Amino acid sequence: MEQALGVHRLHFAFTIAFHYIFPQLTMGLALLLVYLKTKALRTNDEHYNRAARFWGRIFGINFAVGVVTGIPMEFQFGTNWAAFSRAAGGVIGQTLAMEGVFSFFLESSFLGLFLFGEKRLGRIGHWWSAFLVWLGSWLSGYFIVATNAWMQYPTGHRVDSHGQIELASFWSLLLNKWVFWQYAHTMLGAVQTATFVMAAVGAFYLLTKRHESYGRTFVKAGVLVGVVAAILQLFPTGDAQGKLIADHQPVTLAAMEGLFETQSGAPLVIIGQPDVQKRRLDNPIEIPTMLSFLTYRQWKANVRGLDAFPQDQWPDMIALLYYSYHVMVGLGTIFIAVMVLAVLMLWRQRLYESRGMLWVLMLCVPLPYIANTAGWMTAELGRQPWIIYGLMRTAHGASPQVGAGNAWFTLIGFMGLYAVLGILWLFLVYREIEHGPEPDDSLHSEPAVAIAAD
Amino acid sequence: MGTIWFCLVALMITVYVLLDGFDLGAGAIHLFVAKTDEERRQVLASIGPVWDGNEVWLIAAGGTLYFAFPALYASGFSGFYLPLMIVLWLLILRGISIAFRNEIISKVWDPFWDFLFFASSLLLAILFGAALGNVVRGVPLDASGYFFEPLWTDFRLGEQTGILDWFTILVGVLSLLVLVMHGALWVRMKTTGAVNQRSTKVATNIWWGVIIVTAVVTAITFKIQPQVKENFVTWPWGFVFPLLAIAGIAGVRFELVKRDERKAFFASCAYLTGMLTSVVFGLYPLVLPARNPIYSLTIASAKAGDYGLKIGAVWWTIGILLAAGYFTYVYRFFAGKVVVAKDQTYH
Repeated sequence: MEQALGVHRLHFAFTIAFHYIFPQLTMGLALLLVYLKTKALRTNDEHYNRAARFWGRIFGINFAVGVVTGIPMEFQFGTNWAAFSRAAGGVIGQTLAMEGVFSFFLESSFLGLFLFGEKRLGRIGHWWSAFLVWLGSWLSGYFIVATNAWMQYPTGHRVDSHGQIELASFWSLLLNKWVFWQYAHTMLGAVQTATFVMAAVGAFYLLTKRHESYGRTFVKAGVLVGVVAAILQLFPTGDAQGKLIADHQPVTLAAMEGLFETQSGAPLVIIGQPDVQKRRLDNPIEIPTMLSFLTYRQWKANVRGLDAFPQDQWPDMIALLYYSYHVMVGLGTIFIAVMVLAVLMLWRQRLYESRGMLWVLMLCVPLPYIANTAGWMTAELGRQPWIIYGLMRTAHGASPQVGAGNAWFTLIGFMGLYAVLGILWLFLVYREIEHGPEPDDSLHSEPAVAIAAD
Repeated sequence: MGTIWFCLVALMITVYVLLDGFDLGAGAIHLFVAKTDEERRQVLASIGPVWDGNEVWLIAAGGTLYFAFPALYASGFSGFYLPLMIVLWLLILRGISIAFRNEIISKVWDPFWDFLFFASSLLLAILFGAALGNVVRGVPLDASGYFFEPLWTDFRLGEQTGILDWFTILVGVLSLLVLVMHGALWVRMKTTGAVNQRSTKVATNIWWGVIIVTAVVTAITFKIQPQVKENFVTWPWGFVFPLLAIAGIAGVRFELVKRDERKAFFASCAYLTGMLTSVVFGLYPLVLPARNPIYSLTIASAKAGDYGLKIGAVWWTIGILLAAGYFTYVYRFFAGKVVVAKDQTYH
């Protein structure tokens, strides 16, 4: 069973990490599509409609892959984590079912209209379809984060005599105090991915001197929205989330920061390699007393290290957790620097001509994906060894009758399938970028499978 | 409260089968009813704007099942581990076949996705039927409340059953025949010209197969699942469900002859609804029968706490009314026959 547990964890980790490549872009892009459609409505300039159609096509490809890789996520709660589902399904099933009922129906219905019905919907109707796709995708994010927030900070439930976890307060589940900051932080992460992608495509056009008017629109939209998201990502959302962890998962905080010993005036580690066996950090570069200040707003505050907790409460992959967290924070800091600099240059009207800065924007494109993944790894590894913090251990959550052999079989299957899917996705998105936003004939603006008016 | 949720989950699964059923069926026949690129795009256009929304009913039904009957979700999904994973892979392949096919116009690209769309639709139709067959036949649940079925054992209905045995394969075949008919009627309703004629022919021919296999499977079901007979004897009003199925399948024939394309499709919906509700009625109050009846999961043993079910009834009703609104709007918006461009030149 020990062996199967590891495979089940890897199974979920792999499929969710791959899946999340797509919604993080589409959730952010949905917001930017509303922005472009609003611009089109206000200025009455066809330029913005073409821009929206171009991003709509890229949205469509990403959305399709996001949908098909998303269904396995819901199924895996039952297939690979049956014991967890049996115990807690009455609680987290609520939010997962609400996601299907309230957001997916909305999103899928209006995406069909957005992609296939622009001519017949008219300008206002098409704006509404974009808006409702945005609403659906952001609602969906809320229900998923609420599910995760409950696993991080369970509330509004009751445990009955058979160990069954039942819902006791619907609103505590939905308005969990953990959910607000986690949701804001997650959605800002998605917006950052979309803004970096949009700015990168714009930079690519400007650097290659093609579709330059669109290039300027994309770079401008990307950096203007991006700078706001980058700053809010750190403060207040990242900071508030850190405080929640300090208050409710102090052992996680110690592991994330690589703090082995309890100390007052604890330093903030920038770089260093944790050695969990010897309980020390090798080659540390630190800012003295900063961790105490960031956590408790006092330079001399006492921060509990891993030594303050029994070892069976420690997260079980401390080094990976530590690196995930540091990668996320490090990249987040770089994003602020890049976006602030880009906005300054935009303001001085030098951005579109500055090849250096355009190169930076273009090459940054993989980084927000890495940062988002690292962020989720921090949340999930940080919750260990619990599947529901303080209530149920991960080791007790896996399906009792699904052995390692069967779990490997399907994991390998997913790996092969997703490798093919990933290649196809990159290929098709690149083709759209290569093709550009200019319509080369009337067919492309309205897909060839147009529907006749009845 | 448990019985209400039993009915609501059954309703969602029925809606899923009615909606995704026609696009699965369309996939299973499109190689045969559509020969040229233009004809293939007609079939794809008939489901293009809606297949994704149809599939959402599966996700929403899954989520509803999860919160209303967590013990069923846990036992059923982990027990059907392998076939469910295969279903997931097929859904992935099928989804990208539809989404990616028209991205590129090429003599190697299009036929590849067309074949994949066909093969995945076909296998899904069979697998969904086999899954239903497993539920009807019963699974090897033990005292722990869990089970694990390999894909097949000896293809017999013994104690250690596999997912596939002669009975579940038969139900799979029935499912394929029914969805082919359902899909053909849909494609016929949405298309013109050669595709329309060929679909009419498919539906007319397959109708006989549906009738025969339905009769055989029904007779066997009464034999191997005693609960079904018991329920129909205890509550004879339940015969309205099989009667609906009979009326539906007769209606399909009648409307095929009369050439009313819409009514023929709706008659097929009635038939499917009648069949599924008959099964659900026949199994009540079991949600997952076991080979050894003492381990069967029932509504009472699988349902979540009452508070959660009550609050769920409130938001579920609101959510489904909204969803019904969107679906009505979208289907009306895309109503009527599809028209595709003669040839594609973009890209």
